Amino acid sequence: MTAIAIRDELARWPASLKIGATFFLLIVVTGLFAPWLTPYDPYTQDLAGFLQPPSWRHPFGTDHVGRDVLTRVLHGIRIDLQIGFITTYVPMTYGLLLGALSGYLGGWFDTLMMRLLDVAVAFPFLVLIIVIIAILGPGVHTIYIAVFLLAWTMYARLARAEMLVERGKDYVLAARTLGYPTSRVVFRHAMPNVINSSIVFSMADFVLNILLVSSLSFLGLGVPPPLPEWGAMVAEGRDFIFDAWWISTLPGLAIVVTGASLSLIGDGLAHRLGQRQRSFL
Amino acid sequence: MALLEVRGLCTEFRTPDAVIPANAGVSFNLDAGRTLGIVGESGSGKSVLCRALLGLIQSPPGFVTAGEIVFDGRDLRHLDETTLRRVRGTAIAMIFQNPMSGLNPVWPVGDQISEGLRVHRGLSPSAARARGIAMMRQVGIPSPEVRYDEYPHQWSGGMLQRAMIAMAMACEPKLLLADEPTTALDVTIQDQILALLVELQERTGMAMILVSHDMAVIAETSDHVAVMYAGRMVEVAPTAAAFRTPRHPYTLGLLQSIPRAAGDGRLTPIPGQPPNLARLGDGCPFADRCAVASPECRTRPVALREIDPGHWTACHFPERLAGLQA
Amino acid sequence: MAIIEYILGRILQMVPVLIGVSLVAFLSIHLVPGDPVQIMMHGRATEEVLATVRGELGLDRPLPIQYLRFVGGAMVGDLGKSIIQKAPVDEIIGERLGPSLFLLVYSAVLAVVIALPLAVVAALKAEGPIDHGIRIVGIIGFAMPPFWVGLLLMVLFGLVLRWFPISGYGRTFIEHLWHLFLPSLTIAAFLAPILVQSLRSAMLDVMTADYIEVARAKGLSRRRIVLKHVLRNAAIPVITVLAVNIGWLLGGAVVVEYVFAFPGLGSLLVRAVGHRDYPVIQGLSLVFAVIVMVINLLADLSYMAIDRRVLRR
Repeated sequence: MTAIAIRDELARWPASLKIGATFFLLIVVTGLFAPWLTPYDPYTQDLAGFLQPPSWRHPFGTDHVGRDVLTRVLHGIRIDLQIGFITTYVPMTYGLLLGALSGYLGGWFDTLMMRLLDVAVAFPFLVLIIVIIAILGPGVHTIYIAVFLLAWTMYARLARAEMLVERGKDYVLAARTLGYPTSRVVFRHAMPNVINSSIVFSMADFVLNILLVSSLSFLGLGVPPPLPEWGAMVAEGRDFIFDAWWISTLPGLAIVVTGASLSLIGDGLAHRLGQRQRSFL
Repeated sequence: MALLEVRGLCTEFRTPDAVIPANAGVSFNLDAGRTLGIVGESGSGKSVLCRALLGLIQSPPGFVTAGEIVFDGRDLRHLDETTLRRVRGTAIAMIFQNPMSGLNPVWPVGDQISEGLRVHRGLSPSAARARGIAMMRQVGIPSPEVRYDEYPHQWSGGMLQRAMIAMAMACEPKLLLADEPTTALDVTIQDQILALLVELQERTGMAMILVSHDMAVIAETSDHVAVMYAGRMVEVAPTAAAFRTPRHPYTLGLLQSIPRAAGDGRLTPIPGQPPNLARLGDGCPFADRCAVASPECRTRPVALREIDPGHWTACHFPERLAGLQA
Repeated sequence: MAIIEYILGRILQMVPVLIGVSLVAFLSIHLVPGDPVQIMMHGRATEEVLATVRGELGLDRPLPIQYLRFVGGAMVGDLGKSIIQKAPVDEIIGERLGPSLFLLVYSAVLAVVIALPLAVVAALKAEGPIDHGIRIVGIIGFAMPPFWVGLLLMVLFGLVLRWFPISGYGRTFIEHLWHLFLPSLTIAAFLAPILVQSLRSAMLDVMTADYIEVARAKGLSRRRIVLKHVLRNAAIPVITVLAVNIGWLLGGAVVVEYVFAFPGLGSLLVRAVGHRDYPVIQGLSLVFAVIVMVINLLADLSYMAIDRRVLRR
């Protein structure tokens, strides 16, 4: 892409996309350079300087064992974004494919797929994941396995619906009556729509997955301490919330800022890709 | 005095890229009890005109920028929203092109027919129901007591258009605007609906503006015809005169493109495309497609003028049409 | 009669899903790597004790028999016995079902009360400053983790201002409303933004429909058009959105119940997972699945009440 093409593309971005992308980029860069941005280590305890309120030395204060909260929040970017990214985009790839195939092929494959989706939807997502954690034990790997087993269903549903809409259109009928192979026609027309709707949804899904990981860690079923995961940090500060509000409040704020920037991107992408739906389903 | 006098009505739609003048200086009169047929290609501004008369132009992007709409001695453009709302549905009613999507799918048809009676006349639910059923009977809906409680998806297009007509007629309007009322219907149903409109008009003495792209529909129903092109009226005349001696080349073109069973089977379509409204010059907007145009037609502004008693045209050289008509 | 046929057909459709759900719940205990009984006893039991527990749970029989016994028991409400509390699982769950359902309904009602006016204003002033403001607040609300919101509300309104209790359920209906206000508000804060955006876009869609122009031509007031003609039609896609998100709503409720130490199914689940109390986990996953299915059924029935066209399909 040339510089001019990039400039033209940027000119078409709605404000929400620009703001969201800028924030998100800042967060990612901050996460990458986290070890060099503060003079502290996220794990080293300093029992002499515990529960210190925010100050110039510790802008986000220190926690109950004297760790610098800002340092831990910055290191948390790596954990939460990495898990959020993997749990969003790995299931998206095969969910898209399975859903599009199911909508296109129809027949027994589609019936089987619909039944699977029905069962998956019957369980509340978080409950099923907690059950899987009960089986396999807590930890990041369990979260991956559980999400990979379940999260593709939303994308499959979306892709299948787009495919069905596209299949029913007049041009497909026309192609069929003329004896053309419909697969090429359908996939060429349907795929952009299938992918666009999933990309827009994936931004909301990304937010939900960060909320999921932090919720599980908050419950003690996700990322184990002492790793600086944001939800786990909120849980650690819970007992001190009355005397030291910053330990729980500021990591939670990090989740809000990250989630909001992703939602803004989704909102803008929906505009840019001409999707009818807004950022969340 | 005329029931409706429209003078110099201008409506435009503003998009980020352009300003589109959909009605440019439209003027006409309509007497009580008479029918004016408005004819023209799609995009000529017929539907916009109807909506502008009722103050139904969505703003933005649409704006009525100039003109008077004097109805029953009052300029509708200067009424406040509440007063104008009372005029709509009581003194002036409108029926639309697509009856299939014109009724709310989640309410019974009958309730929608009598809704105006409850809102404007303050009728009780039972009185409104009785009056609604009577209206349904008047427009030829069979077994109205039963069908009153049915939903739109249970009805055919022709029946739905009858329901729309009953809905419009419920408060006994003095003027009915019918925007392509038969276009979406089967050919056999079209005649029934037109006959119904004519019959209702004779019975109630209301005036009617009938919009159509079909000259045959206008010929059957109208006293006067107004031909619209590129957002303006290019010929206004008594129907018989307009059909016998059209004085605008566009009207002639429309007449020659009607298929006729008894004719010689030769159709003469109008060459070219309707002009881009955002890029009209000063001259006659039809000049590019006109067989008798002179170079000056493209530059000299043209306005409606009366060339025979009651016969108006917006053509610089109507006399040139005589040769084409043979 | 089409109505009864429709409802029966819809309930019949639930049967295969129920079978799938019961299979998943049943198999969960068998998927535990190693010996589930060992894990449940935290590796501290003698071989005789293990054998007794296995016998109690029926784990010494062939799998298909175990499944049939599980399903047969579930149908009459027998879900086995809790390892930790030594009480029947159905009783433990039964005690907590009421409070949890109360919390769900309360949250949904609060969410609608918050979302409805905001959505109407946003749709009527679409793309104006108020609409953008509502959207930004929604985006922020959607990104707020429920456990964090719950914690902050608890501190602010419970501990600092002391307006609301921070735990418990209360005895009377009014007490329930008072005790559950903060947890319900927490769940509603997450649900409301989704509702606002979906209702807003549904309203904008409906407002371009032909029958709305017809309604305007009839001389109806803006207020009547919105209340009588727009909202009812716009409710249809919103119910779909709610039904699709019900899983997230229940999931959010689990976390919020835990934060407020609320005596409901969610906090029971978290505790049961902590103790590896498999019979309780099995029973809970069944109950949660049935709740979701019933809510989806209710959503379908409310479509039918709103829009009779459903019956034709």
